[in-house]
Amino acid sequence: MTLNRTWRTTALAAAAITAFCGAALAQSGQTVKIAFIDPLSGPFANIGQNQLKSWQFSAEQFNKKNAAGVKFEFVAFDNKASPQESLNNLKAAIDQGIRYVVQGNGSGAAAAISDAVTKHNERNPGKEVVYINYAAVDPDLTNSKCSFWHFRIDADTSMKMEALTSYMKDQPTVKNVYLINQNYSHGMQVSRYFKETMARKKPEVKIVGDDLHPLGQVKDFAPFVAKMKAAGADSIVTGNWGQDLTLLIKAAKDAGLNADFYTYYAVTGGVPTAMAAGVGGKVRVVAVGHNSIPGTVIKWQDEFKKKFNDDWYTLQTYNSIQMLSEGMARAKSVDPVKVATAMSGMKFMGFAGEVQMRKADHQLQQPLFITEWSKANAKNPYSVENTGFNFQEVKAIPAYVSSTPTSCQMKRPGA
Amino acid sequence: MDLSFFLISLLNGLSAGLLLFMLASGLTLIFSMMGVLNFAHASFYMVGAYVAYTITQVVGFWWGLLLAPPLVGLLGAAFERFALRRVHKFGHVPELLITFGLSYIILELVGLIWGRQALNFLPPEALRGPLFTIVELPGSLGFEWGTPPDICKTVAGAVCTQFPAFRAFGMAVAVLMLVAVWLLLTRTRIGLIIQAALTHPDAVESLGHNVPRVFMLVFGGGSALAGLAGVIGGALRVTEPSMALAVGAVVFAVIVIGGMGSLKGAFVASVGLGVIESFAVGSDRSIADGLMAVGMAVTPETLGYAVWSVKVSQIAAILPYLLLVLILIFRPKGLFGTREG
Amino acid sequence: MVAQNDSRPTYRFKPYNVGRWVIWGLYALVMLIAPLIWTSSLSLTMLTQVGIAIIGCLAFNMLLGQGGMLSFGHAVYSGLGSYLAIHTLNLVSEGRLGLPVSLVPLVGGLGGMAFAVLLGFVTTKKAGTPFAMITLGVGELVWAMSLMFPGFFGGEGGVSGNRVTGAPVLGITFGPQVQLYYLIALYTFICTALMFAFTRTPLGRMLNAVRDNPERVEFVGYNTQYVRYFAFIASGFFMGIAGGLAALNFEIVTAEVVNAVRSGAFLLFTFLGGAVFFFGPIIGAVLMVLALVLLSELTQAWLLYLGLVFTFMVMFAPGGISSLIMMNLRVASFGKLRPIWGSYVALLGTGATVLAGAGAMIEMVYHLQLNEALGPELKFMGATLNAKGFDSWFGAAFVLVVGIGLFEIVRRHFVRQWGQVQEEIEKEIKKREALI
Repeated sequence: MTLNRTWRTTALAAAAITAFCGAALAQSGQTVKIAFIDPLSGPFANIGQNQLKSWQFSAEQFNKKNAAGVKFEFVAFDNKASPQESLNNLKAAIDQGIRYVVQGNGSGAAAAISDAVTKHNERNPGKEVVYINYAAVDPDLTNSKCSFWHFRIDADTSMKMEALTSYMKDQPTVKNVYLINQNYSHGMQVSRYFKETMARKKPEVKIVGDDLHPLGQVKDFAPFVAKMKAAGADSIVTGNWGQDLTLLIKAAKDAGLNADFYTYYAVTGGVPTAMAAGVGGKVRVVAVGHNSIPGTVIKWQDEFKKKFNDDWYTLQTYNSIQMLSEGMARAKSVDPVKVATAMSGMKFMGFAGEVQMRKADHQLQQPLFITEWSKANAKNPYSVENTGFNFQEVKAIPAYVSSTPTSCQMKRPGA
Repeated sequence: MDLSFFLISLLNGLSAGLLLFMLASGLTLIFSMMGVLNFAHASFYMVGAYVAYTITQVVGFWWGLLLAPPLVGLLGAAFERFALRRVHKFGHVPELLITFGLSYIILELVGLIWGRQALNFLPPEALRGPLFTIVELPGSLGFEWGTPPDICKTVAGAVCTQFPAFRAFGMAVAVLMLVAVWLLLTRTRIGLIIQAALTHPDAVESLGHNVPRVFMLVFGGGSALAGLAGVIGGALRVTEPSMALAVGAVVFAVIVIGGMGSLKGAFVASVGLGVIESFAVGSDRSIADGLMAVGMAVTPETLGYAVWSVKVSQIAAILPYLLLVLILIFRPKGLFGTREG
Repeated sequence: MVAQNDSRPTYRFKPYNVGRWVIWGLYALVMLIAPLIWTSSLSLTMLTQVGIAIIGCLAFNMLLGQGGMLSFGHAVYSGLGSYLAIHTLNLVSEGRLGLPVSLVPLVGGLGGMAFAVLLGFVTTKKAGTPFAMITLGVGELVWAMSLMFPGFFGGEGGVSGNRVTGAPVLGITFGPQVQLYYLIALYTFICTALMFAFTRTPLGRMLNAVRDNPERVEFVGYNTQYVRYFAFIASGFFMGIAGGLAALNFEIVTAEVVNAVRSGAFLLFTFLGGAVFFFGPIIGAVLMVLALVLLSELTQAWLLYLGLVFTFMVMFAPGGISSLIMMNLRVASFGKLRPIWGSYVALLGTGATVLAGAGAMIEMVYHLQLNEALGPELKFMGATLNAKGFDSWFGAAFVLVVGIGLFEIVRRHFVRQWGQVQEEIEKEIKKREALI
C-alpha cells in the first residue's frame, strides 16, 4: 500500500468508496481507506512516522489474507500534535469519504476526535465514522467521555496500574516506593491509581515520596534523585515518557541510585538508547506486548527491522486491523454502523492470545506483560534501537486481572 | 534536612547554575554589545552539542570539546555578517524577529542532518563514573574519592550519593570560561576595544577601529560560548532536537532577573536559580502548610485548594518564571541591571 | 453690523469617502460569498478559522504594529478566553445560564480582558526587549499551570462542550458549520471595524506615539505605561473574543491554546502579513490558516519553508506583504507600473525556478530522512524524483544554480528600474507640491 497524500486521486478513490458503501454490496474485494491522524512533523515526528510505517506494514501483511477479504489502505494526516488541528484533519478525511480513523498520540487529540466523531455521527446520519484509538490511555475516554464510536485498543492507565501492582505486590524487594510523575493529568492519574491499588493489594508497602514535576521543563533530575536517596527508596514508579524519563534514569545512574524502575514508557522515544549506557537498578515496563511473543510478533518485528531499520513497537496495529477485518467479516459489510455494532463485545485472536472488545465501554480486554530491560540472549535475540538489549518477559498478567470497572453510560445507535 | 542531602543539593544546584551561566553569559555579551536579544542562542547551544557528537564519533570527545565551540562561533559570525547586519538598520524588533526565524530554521536543519531521535552522546571514558562519593552513615558523614566503598552496601541505613565526574568537569569548564572571558575583556587590547564599543560605538569608530567587525566577533564569541555549553550539556543530559526549547526560555528569565546587560547579574542569577531550584525540589511544603501553620484551616473543600496545595517541589522547574514576574514588580531593573531594554 | 439671523443656506463640503465604502463593502461581500464558492467541509472549517485568525492577528497587531510591543506569549489571552467560553457554554447546556450561544464569545472576550487587566500591569511596566521577555515568561508560566490544574483546564483531554444547545433563535442551531461560519463572519466584521475605530481614537494615536518616541510622549504629559496598559487590555479583549469563537468552532479546548507554538504562530504570521498597515494582519491571518492546515499536507518540510520565508521577509521586506502591496499601489497610482510589469513577470519566473530547484532538493533530503522505507522515489510538482539518484540531484542543483543566476540578473535590472521609478515619483511629488 502506498502512502497517498495528493487530493485528486484520493478524491476519486473516495468517490468510488462512497459508491460502494452506498450500494451495500458484499464487502469482499473492497478497499477500506483508513485515516491516520498523528504528528508527522515537529518534535514527535519520528514517533509518528514510525507508527505510520507500522500501520502501512501491518496493512500490507493483512492484505495478503484477512477474514473480510478487503484491502486496507492508510491515508496519512499530520495533526502536528494539536487537538484542534486533528479536527481539521478529521474534516478533511470526511470530505474525502474516509469512514475509519485511527489515532493514538496524545489523549488531548483523542478526546477531540472522539467528541467530534460522536457529534458528526449524531448530526449526519448515513455518514458515520468509526474512531479507533490505539495508544491514548486517558481512562476518561472509556468512562466519563465514552462513546459508541470510539474503540480503544491499548490498555488504559488504570488497567496498566492493576497489572503492575499485581506484580509488585509479590516482589520482596518492593518495600519503599517513590512516585515521580509529570504534572499533568496522565502523571497525576498514574500516581493516584498506584496509591489506590497498592493500598488495596498490599498496604504494608510504604510510599516514601510522591513528586510531580512540570512536563518537559526539568533538565536536571539530580535534585529529585537526591530526594529519593534521602527517603530510602528501593522502587520508583513513574509514568514519564521521552526526555523526562531518559533524564531521570540517567540521573539515577549517575548518582548511584540502585532502585528499580517501574515504568510505562521505557520502550520508545530514545529511552532504550540512553539506557544502553547503563542503568542503576532494574528497569521494568508494563505493556501490551514485548519482543519475544511467539508467532506474529517475532516474525513481524524482524521483517519490519529489515525493511525500515526501525523497531515495530506499536503492536496495537495488529490487534486493530484484526479487529476491523473480523468485524467486517461478521457484519458482511464495510458500513461503519454495522461494523461498529459487530465489533462491540466481539472476541477475537490478538497477537498474544484471545482478547475481547468490552461491550460496555469499548475498552479492549487483553493480557498485559511485565517486562525487564535485559541483554539480548539466544531465547530473546531481538535488539531494540540496535542497542543489543531488549525487553524480556518477567510475568504475563491475564486479562481478567488487569480489567477495571467502567462508569460508561454508552448511548447506542437505534437505542 | 540532613547534612549529606544539603551538600548534594548544593553541589547539584551549583553545577546546574554554572551550566546555565555558560549559556547566559554569551547572551549577555551579545545583548550588552548590540542590544539584540539572540533568540537563537539556545539553538547554537543545540548545534554545539550535535557538532561535538559528530566530532566525538570520529576523533574523540576532547577534539569535540576543542573544535565544536569555534565552529559554532563561525556559524554565529556568518549569521551576523550576512543576515543580522542587514536588519540592524530596521531597529531592535526586526533584529529579535530574525533571530526568532533563525531558531526555527536551525531546529529543522538539525533534525534533517542528524535525525529526530535522541543521540547517544556520552562523556569520555575517563570522566564517566563518580568523582567522589558522600557517605552518610548513621551518626557520621564521610567523603571518599571514586566509587562508593563497600560499607555502603553492608551498613543498613547508609546513604551514599555519588557526584559524577563529568558534572564536576562541567563546573570546572564554566569557571575557567568565566575567568578567560574576564581576562580577555579586561587585559587584552581587543577586550578594551570591545568594552569601549559597548558604550561608545561612534567614538570607537571615529578612532579608526572596525566596529562592525567587532560586532561580528562578539556575536561569534557569544555563540561559541553557547556551543561550549552545548558540548557539556549535550553529554551530561540528552542530545535531541527538543533540547533547545527546554533551556531557551529559562535563559531569558535569567537574563532579566540578573539585569539586562550585566555579566555579574547573569552569574548571580543563574547560580542562584540553580541552587534555589535544587533546594526547592527537596521541599514538599505548600501555601496550605503555611496557612495552617498560622492557624487557618485548609481542607480539600476550601475554595482554591488546588492552588494552595501546590507543593514547592512541583513548581521548582517553573520558579524562574515566577521570580521573573516578582523581580519585575519589585525591582524592574533586575538585580544588577545596567542597560535598559 | 453682523446679521443676527442669517437665513442664507450654508454649505458644508465634505467629500464622500467612496474608497472607504468600497473597501469595507468588498470585505463584507467576500465574507458573505466565500462559503458559496468553497463548499467542502474542510473549506468551511478553514474559512471559519480564517475569521477567528483575523480577529486574533489584528488584536496582536494592536501591540506589535501600533504599539511597537513584541509579545511572545499572547496566546495566553485567547486561550484563557477559550477556556472561559467553553465553561460558559457548558453552563448554558446544563441550563444554569440563560445566555444565547451567539453571545458566548463575548464572555471569552471579557475573560481575556480580565486576565489582561491582571497580568498586563506587570507586563507593561517595561517596553521593548524586556517586555518581550516578560511575555515569554508569563506565557511559559500559564502553560505550565494549565497542565497542573485539571479542575479548570480539564487535564489532557481538555474541556469539551456542545454548541447545539439552548433554544434555536430563528431556527439557527449552529449545528451545521455554515451557520457558525456566518456568526463568526459577523463577529469578524464588527471586530475589524471596532479595531479600526480604535486606531482613530486618541488612545490609538497616543499608542502610535509611544511606539515612535516614548520620551516625547512623557514630555507631552501622557504616562507611557498607562497608554501601553490600556492598549494591552483592549488587545486582550479582542484576543478573548477570538478564543471564544474558537471554542465554539472546535467545541473542545485543550492546553495547546496557551502554548508557545500558538503565540509564535500569531507573531510570525502577523509580521508576515505586515505589521505596518492595518490590513496586514488580515493577510497574515489568511496565510496562517492556509499554511498551518494545508501546507503541512503538501510537504513535510513546511516548518523549514516557514522559517526561511519569515527570515527572508525580515531581511528584505520588514513591512510584510502589505507593505509590498502598498508600495506597488503607490507606483500604480502614479501610472508607473506598466514599465516594471515585465520585470515583475521575469522576477516571478526566475524566482519560481529557484524555488523549484531548492524545493526539490529540500524535499529529497526530507524524503531520505523520514520516508526512506517507501523507496527512494517521490513526487514533486508532478514529476517523479529519485532521492538516491544522481540525475535527480544534478537536475535539481542545475535548476537551482541556473535559477539563481537568472534571478540575479533580473533582480539587478529590476532594482535599477525601481530606483528610477522612485526617482520619477519623487520628482512628480515635488512638482505637485510646487503647484499648490
